[in-house]
Amino acid sequence: MSLINNFIKFDLNETTRKSIAEYLWIGGSGKDLRSKARTLPEPVTDPAKLPLWNFDGSSTDQAPGDDSEVILRPQAVFRDPFRGGSNILVMCDTYTPAGYPIPTNKRFNADKIFNHPDVAAEEPWFGIEQEYTLLQKDTRWPLGWPVGGFPGPQGPYYCGVGADKSFGRDIVDAHYKACLYAGINISGINGEVMPAQWEFQVGPATGISAGDQLWVARYILERITEIAGVVLSFDPKPIPGDWNGAGAHTNYSTKSMRNDGGINVIRKAIEKLGLRHKQHIAAYGEGNDRRLTGRHETADINSFSWGVANRGASIRVGRDTEKAGKGYFEDRRPASNMDPYVVTSMIAETTILWKP
Amino acid sequence: MAQILVPSTQWQMRVPKCSTFGSPIVTKMWSSLLLKQNMKGAAKSAGKFRVLALHSENSTVNRTEKLLNMDITPYTDKIIAEYIWIGGSGIDMRSKSRTISKPVEHPSELPKWNYDGSSTGQAPGEDSEVILYPQAIFKDPFRGGNNILVICDAYTPAGEPIPTNKRHKAAEIFSNKKVVDEVPWFGIEQEYTLLQQNVKWPLGWPVGGYPGPQGPYYCGAGADKSFGRDISDAHYKACLYAGINISGTNGEVMPGQWEYQVGPSVGIEAGDHIWCSRYILERITEQAGVVLSLDPKPIEGDWNGAGCHTNYSTKSMREEGGFEVIKKAILNLSLRHKEHISAYGEGNERRLTGKHETASIDSFSWGVANRGCSIRVGRDTEKNGKGYLEDRRPASNMDPYVVTGLLAETTILYEPTLEAEALAAQKVALKV
Repeated sequence: MSLINNFIKFDLNETTRKSIAEYLWIGGSGKDLRSKARTLPEPVTDPAKLPLWNFDGSSTDQAPGDDSEVILRPQAVFRDPFRGGSNILVMCDTYTPAGYPIPTNKRFNADKIFNHPDVAAEEPWFGIEQEYTLLQKDTRWPLGWPVGGFPGPQGPYYCGVGADKSFGRDIVDAHYKACLYAGINISGINGEVMPAQWEFQVGPATGISAGDQLWVARYILERITEIAGVVLSFDPKPIPGDWNGAGAHTNYSTKSMRNDGGINVIRKAIEKLGLRHKQHIAAYGEGNDRRLTGRHETADINSFSWGVANRGASIRVGRDTEKAGKGYFEDRRPASNMDPYVVTSMIAETTILWKP
Repeated sequence: MAQILVPSTQWQMRVPKCSTFGSPIVTKMWSSLLLKQNMKGAAKSAGKFRVLALHSENSTVNRTEKLLNMDITPYTDKIIAEYIWIGGSGIDMRSKSRTISKPVEHPSELPKWNYDGSSTGQAPGEDSEVILYPQAIFKDPFRGGNNILVICDAYTPAGEPIPTNKRHKAAEIFSNKKVVDEVPWFGIEQEYTLLQQNVKWPLGWPVGGYPGPQGPYYCGAGADKSFGRDISDAHYKACLYAGINISGTNGEVMPGQWEYQVGPSVGIEAGDHIWCSRYILERITEQAGVVLSLDPKPIEGDWNGAGCHTNYSTKSMREEGGFEVIKKAILNLSLRHKEHISAYGEGNERRLTGKHETASIDSFSWGVANRGCSIRVGRDTEKNGKGYLEDRRPASNMDPYVVTGLLAETTILYEPTLEAEALAAQKVALKV
């Protein structure tokens, strides 16, 4: 094995100007990430300078076998924490050969919304809190849990420390540094209420960048758990019963909300969101009904509510925001398996463009 | 056969160039003992930690280690700050991290933060935000680089300390002019027990049975006498790296039990350094797959308990004639024995039995070189006529903010009536 490590650690910069670009895209389920690599003649940092590519869509449920090519268009570039040097990760979206976005390409529509002059003028910021669960590889039972049984009830695990309270910290810490290296705006991490559940936050990111950064952060996490021999789950309610689910709370603000008098803009925005509750819920992640029960710090999926510092509401406004009269709010409804392109653009669309 | 899981750490610790975290008095005081270190040397920390719960079959786990140990300073100015606070039980520690745009030197440069108090028993669900105020910074021995650990205390959004925030009151006591003038020093001897995971039986003990009786284990060496030394040693270096004023370690009388000492620290620093050292110890045992226990009497029967003896002195005690000041302090302490005991840690009654080098919990006593007393005064102190005293009553799970604040309050601020003094002097056989 040490011979293989020698090769993985090679610094190519010593012998060649070529660099490796790992092209990433979202597969047919809307939740699975795929990637493959190609050699570039020299280092590149601008996505516009990268070549278009294609992949076999019939192997990812994204095209029929007799017309299988799906085109990859590079959209965002990050440093590769696994290969180091001048090698890169490239977030792409997917098109037919004729140039139309395929149905699973949610980025295209989001980009249109964020380029709308009204939305662009408001500089929408997003901070996304991605929760996830680590599972043992062969049993698919959470990491650190006794197989065939359960650990002690929730209480000691939130931000906990110690071998009997914290399972898998090395994965989380490795992910934190890898994302900082890659250039992702990762703003924090913490252990969650259910043991073996963790959270990281990405943001503040403006517009479409929030979705790009979150997807690449998810990819890096999937690669690290692969190395560690642990299975990553974004299921919103991995264990039924008295165990917390996993969400992707989305914090949001516009320029008007961040300026004086913003609290009124926030109130209006929340009202509009309330009027489109069903449409948002339908787009906020599959299986969310198992998670949004009204217990375990969630609001019931059928009712819309909001409150200051209230973790049992659909929308939570922080005490700082209330006190300062401006700031941001937190949409607590999205599930951990949500598509950030869909959620961020929908929040922007409803609060800025939509007229009830 | 119990597995002793210990990390193999081969690393050279980088000694901080200037101790922005220690007070100058402490530095001077320890110049004869600790600080003969070469301040100019700066070796990069190349730690190799066993990675817990990652049993990878394809042996590529060292790639995760590479990411964990990566020095990100060449790639970004950003640093990671781990905010640490005390949870709802008063003894559980919690932490979470955030990215800070550039390195900081002083806690005042760090933003306040908040956390979900409803998940730690510190706030109700419909009004869950608890605010974190950064109070002390230490270097992060796990992440290296410019990354930091931040000791915080907890407030309501309105700015009031929440009930479990004991630091606030201690800070008030330590800002009182009379206390400040006396420059109170603390040296705290933190004892702790290591338990095997899952069975919660002490490390090295046969599951379902007991080792040979106490005797060979205190400061012992050898595979049949010393269980878990790597954790104690790793902790020692990690604390030195972090900037904690750790002054020594030793194996304790009960096998699987250890002790480390922090001090001398001035005022509120004692509490901050102890809590941060406890956090670092909990992180190290987490990596080693061993459970840390601060219970004051982990095993019933003829096995020592775990305490947190607190050594204490004021300026007056350290100067000529100090022995008289010490006796007066002991007098004050004897009059407030019950108040102190109730604040000295839960479960202490199982430990303070009068046996196993403790004094009975119900009676107050003192003596020179006497380990069976509530307060012990060293022979050096008696001989020189000045020095310090050791309060042996606190349990290993005590809150150092509470204990140090109470010691200062009782010995510097509290004024008993002359009658009470005279009675106590007789009881405790003290001529003051």
